[in-house]
Amino acid sequence: MTKFVKGNEAVVIGALYAGCDAFFGYPITPASEIAHAAAAYFPAVGREFLQAECETASINMVYGAAAAGKLSMTATSGPGMSLMQEALSYLAGAELPGVIVNIQRAGPGLGNVYPEQADYNQAVKGGGHGNYHCAVLAPGNVQEMCDLTLDAFALAFRHRNPVIVLADAVLGQMMETLRLPSAEAPRPATADWAVQGDAATRRNLITSIFLNAPMQERHNQHLQAKYAAMQREARWETYRTEDADIVLTGYGISSRIARTAVDTLREGGIRAGLFRPITLYPFPAAALRATVDGRRIVVVELSCGQYRDDVALQLGVPADSLTLLNRMGGMLITADEVVAGVQARLRGAVCPSPAADPVEASDTSWTPDCPTATAP
Amino acid sequence: MNIKQSVGFYDTFERSGSPTRDTHYCAGCGHGILHKLICEALVDLGLQDRTVMVNPIGCAVFGYYYWDVGNIGAAHGRAQAVATALNRTLPGRVVIAYQGDGDLGAIGFNCTFQAASRGEHFATFFVNNATYGMTGGQLAPTTLIGQKSATSPAGRSAAHEGYPLHVCETLDQLQAPVYIARCSLADTKRIMQARQAIRKALEIQRDGKGYAFVEFLSPCPTNLGMDAIQAAGFVANEMEREFPLKCFRDRSAEAEPLPAPVPAPSPSEFFAGDAADAPVAGDDDFVEKRMKFAGYGGQGILSLGIAIAEAGRFAGRQASWFPSYGPEQRGGSASCTVVLSAKSIGSPDATHPDVLVCMNRPAFERFAPTVRPGGLLICDTLAGVTPAEAPAGVRFVQVPATELAEKLGVPRAANTVMLAALATLGATGLPREQLLAALDASFAKKPKLIPVNRKIFEEAGAWCREHLARAGG
Repeated sequence: MTKFVKGNEAVVIGALYAGCDAFFGYPITPASEIAHAAAAYFPAVGREFLQAECETASINMVYGAAAAGKLSMTATSGPGMSLMQEALSYLAGAELPGVIVNIQRAGPGLGNVYPEQADYNQAVKGGGHGNYHCAVLAPGNVQEMCDLTLDAFALAFRHRNPVIVLADAVLGQMMETLRLPSAEAPRPATADWAVQGDAATRRNLITSIFLNAPMQERHNQHLQAKYAAMQREARWETYRTEDADIVLTGYGISSRIARTAVDTLREGGIRAGLFRPITLYPFPAAALRATVDGRRIVVVELSCGQYRDDVALQLGVPADSLTLLNRMGGMLITADEVVAGVQARLRGAVCPSPAADPVEASDTSWTPDCPTATAP
Repeated sequence: MNIKQSVGFYDTFERSGSPTRDTHYCAGCGHGILHKLICEALVDLGLQDRTVMVNPIGCAVFGYYYWDVGNIGAAHGRAQAVATALNRTLPGRVVIAYQGDGDLGAIGFNCTFQAASRGEHFATFFVNNATYGMTGGQLAPTTLIGQKSATSPAGRSAAHEGYPLHVCETLDQLQAPVYIARCSLADTKRIMQARQAIRKALEIQRDGKGYAFVEFLSPCPTNLGMDAIQAAGFVANEMEREFPLKCFRDRSAEAEPLPAPVPAPSPSEFFAGDAADAPVAGDDDFVEKRMKFAGYGGQGILSLGIAIAEAGRFAGRQASWFPSYGPEQRGGSASCTVVLSAKSIGSPDATHPDVLVCMNRPAFERFAPTVRPGGLLICDTLAGVTPAEAPAGVRFVQVPATELAEKLGVPRAANTVMLAALATLGATGLPREQLLAALDASFAKKPKLIPVNRKIFEEAGAWCREHLARAGG
């Protein structure tokens, strides 16, 4: 069974098949359709939908529902995500499962509502305080907006940890064919830790404070051991990499554009392939190293090199040794720009700058930097 | 000495890692009194196994080492949001938010105000001691005028820090709360009044009747720099003058309990109804098509794109649709891109579309130069584009879409005319019947419009067959 839906709607369908009990959210472009669909579908299947007064309240409602062992989620975009960082730290500290969907828009600040991938570090490195990680899933199409949201709940409850679905404005706004999930997910067992207002769970406690420093250190060590165990959850996809001379890598919408570029490059006789991480935390480092295996690599992203820096870290090379093809500020890189960048890389030339749209000439003293880094 | 054992408490308090029967509260502090009143009431009302307590930050952060109920610690200011979620996801349970003045009245005041305004079904016990306790005696929203604190060393001045916040009076402006009262823990008589208010608030929760809010004026000898007797006197005299004791509201007799939830379908039952079977064909002969549609908002540009992408799905093709959105969709122009393919679609964008449909002149000017050589450009005649202006190497077709739609009585159906033109020209690579099925599907919510749009589709198709040759023909 299929349905032609926006990525934002697919998120809600995935959540409901996961058994999500409650959606708490606050509207923001370009994520609002998630709240719209949740407001329509959650009550229709007997689940809770509540529009909160702000994103801070939304994520703390997720904290509350999670503490009760319920499946809950919220969805937002950059500014709202920033407001949620404190509570993400609390969720991680109290070991609570929750799903947070970020339909990335351009920043910093108010920015605009067009696609960017500049919340990478915030999601992957932890934007809140303390030693913690959220698991981060990066869908690449509408089907995955549904499927990875569904999987996010299982992941969150398996590790009792918040999970971020890091998408972008294109994936949220675009429509594609969605195959509905074949079955609803089984309900996770929570009675041994959740607080549910009954005799069985009366002595359970949800908190993240250990005033005794040695106990707080032990808690940190426990969390680090959990993140180490989470590494086995790493997921990725490769496309035409077997015989590739050059490997493109990107996640989310960038991987889609890079995929088209791979096909175009191959039509032109260049053996290109694509490595796409599906989990950003844990990062599929071993798979990336095995795929690249000494081959040239080009990074495609809609941010300043945040993802490139992680690729470099995992490959053990200096970040500026990797070719970065990127746009920022809500500008979508095109497949042609990626093709041209790869061709330039192969010629050993400086990458041509993707054609920047004209900037109002009110301040001629300011010249935007080349959005594309140089290649060696 | 025979001291009566308090009920509802753990036997020992293990805050420091070793069991003790000493509390961590200072001598003369109000928290211990309030803890005892709450626990006794929970036991007396038979609610101990139904209760979840949302613990605050501050001195009472360790409340959960005392009260023997389900316990959750919330972030600074967020107990009301946490309690909201508990109330919404644990029907029939008793939820309590226990908070101090900084937590509830400063950083968390909007969460408090909004939860009260929504009439959430939980009880709030608000401890007002006019200072920050655990943090170290700083200015609270309820610090009195002239009262010295670590961050108002000269004393609170109305001109600089503003006036003490009257939380009960503020919440009393709202429609939803069922019960609002202010009590004091300063002496035995007042403690007995507080005991009654606590029981009232918990009975309201037991009966599922709504939001109950009780404020307690409470002594903090340590941060006031007083002994226990002086601190109680400060509460009874100075604080009560600013914050009079009062039952602001008791609507518990009229309040109706929440209705029981009604049975609902499962997601697979709910979503089954509107999903069509459509196996994805692996037909590699299908040449990937990238199409762009552009015009003014209101010309049906976005729905034209969706109809073609839906037709692709019906035909077993991979299909993607990517719209212009955000301020642009409210600013007059609209555009979308559709990609149809036999295999997984990469970029959903089209830098060089194979087909471009322009419903107005600005769309033509913006996008016509991008059409792939050998591609197709279709303009509404109304756009006023002459053949000489069309890009070289691109097939240029004009269709009087708006004019035909108006002539057929539905001016808004210019997009249906364009769909017919695309079908007649074979521009989408999709069978005509799938395009028609998608046209019908696009009016699923307004089925009355299906026949008239089918008629327009047929008549526009006839016009196109008469005036246009097939693409590539």
